[in-house]
Amino acid sequence: MTTPRTVELVVNGERRAADAEPRTLLSDFLREGLGLTGTHVGCEHGVCGACTVLVDGQSVRSCLMLAVQAEGSEVRTIEGLGGADDMHPLQEAFWEKHGLQCGFCTPGMLMTAVELLESTPGAGMDEIREAISSNLCRCTGYQTIVEAVQAAAERMQGEGQ
Amino acid sequence: MKPPPFDYHCPETLDEALALLAEHGEAAKVLAGGQSLVPMLNLRAVHPEVLIDINRLPGLDHVRIEDGELRIGALARHRAVLESPAVREASPLMAAAYPYVSHGPIRNRGTLCGNLCHNDPASEMPAVALASDAEMMLQSASGARTVGAEEFFTGTLSTAAGADELLVEVRVPQAPAGQGAAFHEVSPRKGDFAYVAVGAVVSLSGGACSGARIVCAGVGDGPHRARAAEDALEGAAPGEGAFRQAAAAAADSIDPGEDFHADADYRRDLVRSLTRRALADAASRCH
Repeated sequence: MTTPRTVELVVNGERRAADAEPRTLLSDFLREGLGLTGTHVGCEHGVCGACTVLVDGQSVRSCLMLAVQAEGSEVRTIEGLGGADDMHPLQEAFWEKHGLQCGFCTPGMLMTAVELLESTPGAGMDEIREAISSNLCRCTGYQTIVEAVQAAAERMQGEGQ
Repeated sequence: MKPPPFDYHCPETLDEALALLAEHGEAAKVLAGGQSLVPMLNLRAVHPEVLIDINRLPGLDHVRIEDGELRIGALARHRAVLESPAVREASPLMAAAYPYVSHGPIRNRGTLCGNLCHNDPASEMPAVALASDAEMMLQSASGARTVGAEEFFTGTLSTAAGADELLVEVRVPQAPAGQGAAFHEVSPRKGDFAYVAVGAVVSLSGGACSGARIVCAGVGDGPHRARAAEDALEGAAPGEGAFRQAAAAAADSIDPGEDFHADADYRRDLVRSLTRRALADAASRCH
């Protein structure tokens, strides 16, 4: 049973299916099986957070989950957040507040922040810092990321989202 | 890095899972939250022939108080335990320690029982289990048995669970009324593995300390109970002097290893400081 099997799941609202070996990580399945390369792969042992996606509404390290375990799940990746023409308030805020430089950690940061702001709409500084403590950024020094998440939190509350 | 190939089974019932464990034994690994096992697979530190994924087993995600015990099932995620009012009520020590356990995305998947079975020496929960006289409810195809925390943790990344056994539930006796608890830790970043962590519980009876438990993580090959420090505190009047004396005894009781991050002297120093702080906080929370 090391042979590939078909994994069916919903990704960003769309029903998708592709074959995966049992050992295929969800991160590799999203990138190579489904062509969704927005999810970044960093350390591959759960430390850096670059590969963070939402599975059934909760943030997970997609490098620490097997694709076969996501069978029947609802997955949200950075591609589902918004595009150049319809950016999510978090994406706008990261842009405006310089919440990224090289951009490698950004997909994971954004998905971590989405979970926070959807579950805790009025999240304050401490909650933002606590949430993004799971993700490494080697460029920004984090301050601008915290400011970006805070700005997005205010905007989303203002819009009543 | 990617996991090596393995056969994958995803049983739908406990009996099916136990039968698979009986069949494959040492060649198999149980996959629960996967937050310790999958990194080890990715790093190729383990090469199981068979993975038995228990995530679809029903009725094992409970966190509840029953018969004076806090009972936590094999599939209770860290996040559910952390947020559970039952934990705050029955085990103030576990509640005090939980904020130090990893980060959000890891807590969403990782399980308490999996964490106990992994038994990383720097992990908080084996120490909490040891301090609390927790009992491990093990099941195999041939029966069930209960193993106390004292016997369960046998060394770095190893436990008394047999190759055919599954930890289906951990039971933690409800803390005595009035007991105070505290947990302190030093790690490179909050949520990372501890350099050293210390948990303490203490009761006050007739103005004297009694029944203290002091446990450390990150100081050896598993959770460590500082019995000499507990003895030093028994019957002593709570206060800075008694806490310092107990903290010194705790520091003397360990023989910590050294690594890139922290040498043995630093770890001893941390045990001394964190024990003193934990005892002061625990005593202040007695009621």
